[in-house]
Parts: sequence; C-alpha cells; structure tokens
Amino acid sequence: MLSFDGLVAVCVVYVALLFGIAFLAEKRATEGKAGWLNSPVTYTLSLSIYTTAWTFYGAVGSAARNGLEFLTIYLGPTLVFIGWFWLLRKMVRIGRAQRITSIADMISSRYGKSGALAALVTVLAVLGATPYIALQLQSVTLSFSVFAGPSAFGTLDAGQTAIWVAAGLALFTIVFGTRSLDLNERHPGLVSAIAVEAVVKLCAILAVGVFVVWGVADGPADMLDRIEQSPVANAPWNGARWLGVTMLAAAAILCLPRMFQVLVVENSDERHLATAGWAFPLYLLLISFFVVPIAVVGLGLEGAGTNPDLFVLTVPLAMGQDGLALLVFLGGFSAATSMVIVAALALSTMLSNHIIMPIWLQITRHDDPMSGDMRRAALTARRLSIAGVLFLGYGYYRLSGGADALADIGLIAFLGVAQILPALLGGILWRGATRVGAGLGIGAGFLIWGWLLLVPNIAETSGLIAPVLEAGPLGLGWLSPATPLGLQATDPLLTAMVLSLGVNTFLFIFGSLVSFPSPLERLQGAQFVNVYEHSRPLYGWQGAAGAADDLLIMAQRILGAGRAGRLFQSAAEAQGRGGDLPEPTPDFLERLERELSGSVGAATAHAMVGQIIGGASVSVRDLLAVADETAQIMEYSSQLEAKSTELAQTAARLREANAKLTELSRQKDAFLSQISHELRTPMTSIRAFSEILMQSDPLDDAARARFSRIIHDESQRLTRLLDDLLDLSVLENGRVTLNETETRLGDVLDRAIYAAGAQAGDGRLALERDPGSEDVLLVTDADRLAQVFINLISNAQKYCDAAAPKLTIRVRQLPGRVEVDFTDNGSGIPPRQQSLIFEKFARADSAKGAPGAGLGLAISREIMARLGGGLVHVPSDRGARFRVRLPARALRAA
Amino acid sequence: MGGRILLVEDEGNILEAITFILSRAGWEVQGHGNGATALEAVGRVTPDVLVLDVMLPGRSGLEILRDLRATPETADLPVLMLTAKGQAKDRETAMELGANAYLTKPFSNAELLETVTRLAEAPAGTDGG
Repeated sequence: MLSFDGLVAVCVVYVALLFGIAFLAEKRATEGKAGWLNSPVTYTLSLSIYTTAWTFYGAVGSAARNGLEFLTIYLGPTLVFIGWFWLLRKMVRIGRAQRITSIADMISSRYGKSGALAALVTVLAVLGATPYIALQLQSVTLSFSVFAGPSAFGTLDAGQTAIWVAAGLALFTIVFGTRSLDLNERHPGLVSAIAVEAVVKLCAILAVGVFVVWGVADGPADMLDRIEQSPVANAPWNGARWLGVTMLAAAAILCLPRMFQVLVVENSDERHLATAGWAFPLYLLLISFFVVPIAVVGLGLEGAGTNPDLFVLTVPLAMGQDGLALLVFLGGFSAATSMVIVAALALSTMLSNHIIMPIWLQITRHDDPMSGDMRRAALTARRLSIAGVLFLGYGYYRLSGGADALADIGLIAFLGVAQILPALLGGILWRGATRVGAGLGIGAGFLIWGWLLLVPNIAETSGLIAPVLEAGPLGLGWLSPATPLGLQATDPLLTAMVLSLGVNTFLFIFGSLVSFPSPLERLQGAQFVNVYEHSRPLYGWQGAAGAADDLLIMAQRILGAGRAGRLFQSAAEAQGRGGDLPEPTPDFLERLERELSGSVGAATAHAMVGQIIGGASVSVRDLLAVADETAQIMEYSSQLEAKSTELAQTAARLREANAKLTELSRQKDAFLSQISHELRTPMTSIRAFSEILMQSDPLDDAARARFSRIIHDESQRLTRLLDDLLDLSVLENGRVTLNETETRLGDVLDRAIYAAGAQAGDGRLALERDPGSEDVLLVTDADRLAQVFINLISNAQKYCDAAAPKLTIRVRQLPGRVEVDFTDNGSGIPPRQQSLIFEKFARADSAKGAPGAGLGLAISREIMARLGGGLVHVPSDRGARFRVRLPARALRAA
Repeated sequence: MGGRILLVEDEGNILEAITFILSRAGWEVQGHGNGATALEAVGRVTPDVLVLDVMLPGRSGLEILRDLRATPETADLPVLMLTAKGQAKDRETAMELGANAYLTKPFSNAELLETVTRLAEAPAGTDGG
C-alpha cells in the first residue's frame, strides 16, 4: 500500500501536471494557436464536470442501496442533450450574443438587467453550491483516509487535509480563472485541465469496471449471473422518484452555475454543441456502464468495507490492485477538483459581478466602468470571491463534521438551482415573461426549498434548531418542514420539489401576466426569444475569415464603395495578402472602427463591427452608447428643423413684408390719387373762372369780383394743401428739427386759440378752460404744440354740430405726463369712422363740406409722436374728445 | 344750341363755374350737390345731358352711372363724367360702366362746351334732341 506521503506526492505531481497543461493551453490560446483546445472533444469533456465526486463514488453506493435509481442522474442530462438540443443551442447563442457571464447574468439580462434578480440568483446559487463543495472536500478527504489507511491518516487531521485541498483549489482557480477580465470570459487553460481530468475520471472508472468484470468475475456472462443474484437486481422500484429525480437532473444541467459556465460561457464555437449532443450522453453512458458490476462485486467482497460509496476505491484495494486504486483515487480527486474549480469560478463571477461590484460602485461612485482602476477592483473582487466560496465550502464541511447527511446534498442542491428553471425557460421562450414574475417565482421557490430542504439539512448536520423544525415555527405544524401543509411527506425531496417548483411556476406566470415589462425588458425579451434573428452564430477563430466580406459590405454602405474599397485594399496590401480582403486582425478592425466612427459615431461603429466579428455581442452599454449617438443625431436634426422653422419664419416675414409693401404701394397709389384729387379740385375752379375772366364776353363787376375772390381762395387752398403735405412729409421722415424751449402750457393754448380765431366772444365756438390747471411749465417745441392745438380747435369749429358749439379744454397732471383733453358738445365721431380719422385725407362724412384736405389729425399725431407724447381720440358718450399727452421729461414744476 | 343739362358736383365753386359757362352758352342747367337728389331729378327733368362728378359724398358718380344704365328709361341718357383723379384706370372704369364722355379736371371751358354739345347732338338718346 502506498504511503500517505507517497499519495500526497502523487497528488502534487498530478496537480503540477494540471497546472502545466493549463499554462500551456493558456499560452497557445493567447498566441492564437487553437489546435485541440478548440476541438469539440475538449468542450464535451469539460461538460463532464457534471459528474462530480458525488457521482463518481456515490453512483456505486446508490446502486448498492437502491438499484438502478442512480441512472436517473444521468438520464436527465441525456434527455436534455438529445431531446432539448434546440434549447441548449438557443442558450449558447443567447449567451454569446448577450455576452452572458453566468446563469445569474442570464436571468438578470433577460429581465431588464435587474440587479436584484441577479443578486437573488447568486445567493440561491451560493447557498446551493456551498454544501456541494463541502461534499467534494469530504470525498477527497475520505478517499485520502481510505487509501492511506487508518494508521497514516490518524496522524493527520482530516480537516487539515481539506483545508490544503481547498487552498490548492483556490490557488488554481485564481491563477487560471482570473488571469484577466476577458470580455468573453473564457478560460482555455482551466477548461483544458478539466478536460484532462475528465479523461482521468473516465479511464479510472472504466479500468475498475474492466477489472471487476474480467479480473474478479469471469467475463460478462458471469457478471450478469452475479447481478441476477445480488440484492441490486431486486431493489424496489419507485416510479415517482425516478421521474422526479430525472426531471431534477435535467433541470440541474441547465441551471447549475458550473454547468452554465462550461456549457455556455466557455463555449467557443456553436458547432461544438452538436458534437456534445451525442458525445456527452455517450460519456455519461460510459461512466455509468460499470456502476452496477462494481456495486455487485463490492457487496459480495469481504474486504470492500461497509461503505458502498467507496466501493470504487475499496474493491481494487481489497484485490491488491494498488496501481488501479491510485488511478481511481486520481479519478475521484479529478471529479472533486474539477467541480470545485468550475463552481468556484462560476460563483465568484456571479458574486463579484452582482453583489460585490454593485456595492463597490455604490460606495466609490465610479463613472467610468472601463478604467483600469475598475478592472483591478473587479479582479480583486473575483479573487476574493473564489477564496470566499471555497472557504464557505470548507466551513460547511467542518460544521457538518463529515456527517452522512452530506450525501443527500447533491439532490438538494439540484432542486435549489432548479428554481431558476421556470424563469430561464420562460425567459427564452416567452416574450411576455417579466421581471416581477421571475422575481416572485424564484423568490417563493427559493424560500420553500430553503425551508423544506436546506434548513432541515443544515439542522441535521449541525444539530442546531432541530426541535423548532419538528414542531414547526411558533408551534404551527403546517409550517414544519417535515409535514408541510400538513402533508405526511414520505419523500421530502419530491414533496419539496412539487411544492417549490409548482408555486414558483405559478407565481412566475401569474406575476408575468399581471405586470408590465419595462422597455429594456421588452428589448431583452425580444433579443432572447428571437435570438436567431438578432445574432449570428459564433464559429470559433476561423469564423473571422468569412467576416471580411461582411465587413466590406457594411463599410461600403457607410463609407461609400470607393473609400471602403481603398481602405480594405490598402489594409490587404499592408498585410501582404493578395486580393482585396484583408485578414480581420485586431489592428485592422480598430482602424475600420475608427473610419466608421467618423460617419456613424464610435459606439455604433463598435457595435456594428462587433455584430459581424464578435457574433452579435451588443451589450446594453453598447446600445446605450448608440442611443446617445442617436440622441446627438436627433439633436442635430432638431437643430436643422429649428433652422428650417427659422427659414419658414423668415419666408413668412418676407411674405408679410411683401404684403406690407404691396399694401404700402396701394396706399401710395391711393395717396397720389387723393393728392391728385385735392390739387385738381381747386385748380379746376381756378382754371374755369380765370378762363371766364379772360374771355371777352362782358361780365358785371359783381361777378368779376366774385370770380376773382374764388380764384384767390382756391389758390390759398392749394397753398395750404402743399404746406400740409410738406409738413407731413418732413414729420414722417423724422427729419423735423424741434426747437424745444421752456414754455408755459397756458401760453401755448392762448396762442392756438388766437390763431384759430376762437378767442372768447369772437366766433361761434364757445371755449371753456381752467386757467389754474394750465399753469404748467413744459420744455417742448411750442410752435409745433400750438399747431396741434390749432388743428384740434379748428376741427371743433368745423365739425361740432351742436346748436351752441362749445369746446372744453381740461389739463390734468399725472405721474410722468400731462394730459390735455379737447372735448366738444357735438354728436361726436361715428364709431365706424373713429379708426379712420387719423388716416391721411380721411374726413368724416359730416366734414365733407368743410375746407381742408383731411391731413390735420395725421399731421398732429405725427407732431405729438415727435414731441414724445401722443394724440388719441377718446371714445365718449357725448361729443368728440381728443387727448394730447405730453411726456414727463418735458415737465418742470411751475 | 340749347337743351337741358343736369349737373351733379359737390364742390360749390366748380358747380358755380360750370353752371355759369353752360348757361352763358344757352343751356338750361340744373345743379345738384349730391347724387341722391340728382337721381330723383333725372326722372323728373329728363335732361339732354347729365354731367356727373365721380367723387361725390355718399354714393359715388360711378355708382349712380351704373344705376342709370340699369334703368331702361335712363339707359341711353348721355353722361359726361368729371373726375379729379387723373389715373387711366378711372377713365376705363367709367367708360366700361357706360359713360359717353370723360373729362379730367381741370379742363378748359371750351373743352367742356364742346363735349356737352357733342353728347347732346349724338343720336344716342331716345328722347334727346
């Protein structure tokens, strides 16, 4: 028998060998030499982490106790790989397309990148995996003790062995699992080592099988006889359990974090899955092929010991086959370590991505997720998580004290992760699935599973809180895990399975139906369910060659055929290749992206190149960046829109100006026509009478005098008209020079009244004034102001139709201005004419007979505007009222 | 020479001048300061020629002309339009509406007499003569 030291030495050599293989594989992968690394066989072998030490040793034990029931563990995955191959392919495609890093990421991604959901799945996975890791450590420790014999083992604490194993595994996982934060999260070194372990595992069990059949028994016929006679053949058949465990195993192969890691995350080529579709079931068949013979032989062999779980090891030892036993030991060691390594890797990814990093980001508030600082933090988090997961497993192992209850933990863990299944399947197949449904389902299933299976298992292994569990919390029997809902569960596993998955599925569907998905959930739902429409398959390294065509087509669309062609040709020449298509090397892709980003923005360019090269790896961050660029483009287009609105407004203003000009032109014509009329009318009289006077026909003196008088009056009318026109023209052009002096308002009024010939007692119009209020000093052009007053007074003289015409002049001082109102007692201006009176040549109908061309008010208003005041007509119930406003700046206290 | 002339002109001085000129030439002139009384007078007086100013208070000379032409009794009445607006467009409008002659103010006395005489002698009027 090998000494303990020898065993340790073998282990160390074996581990060193694995390290070497991993290093080599990692190096070759970095150099781009894929070789066997990228073969479907390696992928298939890496899937064998499904068969852990629990199945490696435990399958024989299970067969010895329960007959063929152990097969269910293999049957489930076989059914999935053969029957649900389409589902696996979809999962792998989604994983690549969405850059999924773990099962928690998968669920979270699908349901709108929900951090809470990711954390929930992570906690679930860690809780499920911790006892499972403990189980692996136990099996390694146990096999050590069996192999090395009690004498040697006595000197060594079992816990110490476990901690060495745990530490070694942590080191290996950290070295090969966290070398870098690669975007695709693949670990070729680690996978290679696992593939080698898978081979060792298979060889060991096959070797024992062959030895048992041909070395112990006399060939297959004898073996069959022995099986016939052994209790294994007569083991009771439990259909429900068969069905349940088969389903559980099928769920586990889809949901176990470590299986997801190798199946989806480490997949480098979608076509490998096709090989695995038949090769993995074959592997399972081979590894389970000799389980029954070994169990039968073990049961019949005196020296094989009492623990059927160790028959694989004890049978060769009992038969003196040390070499074979050593191989088996290494096989078991491989099964345990490969499971622990991948589980630790997968769990650490989940822990760091979904629990540690979010918290760290919260604390530090980093805004650049790609900074080096951030990468270092992520790597540290990953490493700490690996150590943490292994420490948890070790802690659980120490807590349980290596109790037998650990053996049940495999299926318990299966059911734990199976809680993810409804949300996973629903997410892939049903666009209507929502975060609320997934959260409710997983949460409820998790609680039921934890309470019915995990807590009792922990209680059993640790001896704590057992009484509470038996009676139910608060004495409520229906809450007791032993009798949930009052059911007398004969098989706690099946009861818990039906309850937890049933409630889980119901809540998932119900929650999804009653809640509405967020926009991101909708987007992700579509990306998941219709993944084949949104992505391209990933075909390993050689896939890139065909991509050059696609890249060229895309580049032509964006850059134009000429520019794209030149870019590709020059790159091809630089690479020393014939033809127009360069190898899509990272350098070239970077250059292409730069060129494209000039046209479509960096994020979009990256996403587009990624679509073609990386197999549709468009992350949400990429999408957001694209959205940003789109927003910029929209901003630009809205600017364009604003400009076009501006143009439209300018056009409208031009139209308006044009209309105004047309109107002005029309007004000018009307004005000229008016002037023509106003000039020709007096000229007609003048000409007619002057011709009469010139004629030789005799005229009496009275007629001669009268006609001369008319000619004289009409000439004066012409002169006045011309004066008014010139006055208005000067005022309107703003070229008027004001002669501002200090003047008393009352004096200006006196002058105006005198000029209009309206002084008291002289003329028809009676004036009413308030001399006290008129004592206001103004700085203004007194002549112009008087002109306005004269116009208003003479208007009253002309148009006031009262029997006893009277004009009331009132002066009011207001803050900032002074107002002079001229109100007559006539019938006033008809409302429809009030808006016209300030127009040139406008005269109220009643004014037709009166002299004047209708320019007076127009001129007066212009004057008041020049003086900084105003002239308005104030509508009143009786008489016409005009108000002259003078500005305060012209005021000074009297 | 002789005959009856109805004159519609709102400018008092021009009314006086035209009345004087035509009367001295032997015409019987009836003057009106606005269109309303003139229209009423047309039916009563049955003038040989109507001398009508365009710019009248209330209804314009052109409107009166249109009414006259629309009434069978006065459809053929010779009408001389007077206007102080010198634009060609006004002349066209007046002729289109059926004016027989058109004088732009200021006009010469001879021109006025000549035109009135021509209109009165023209065989347009049903009862002119």
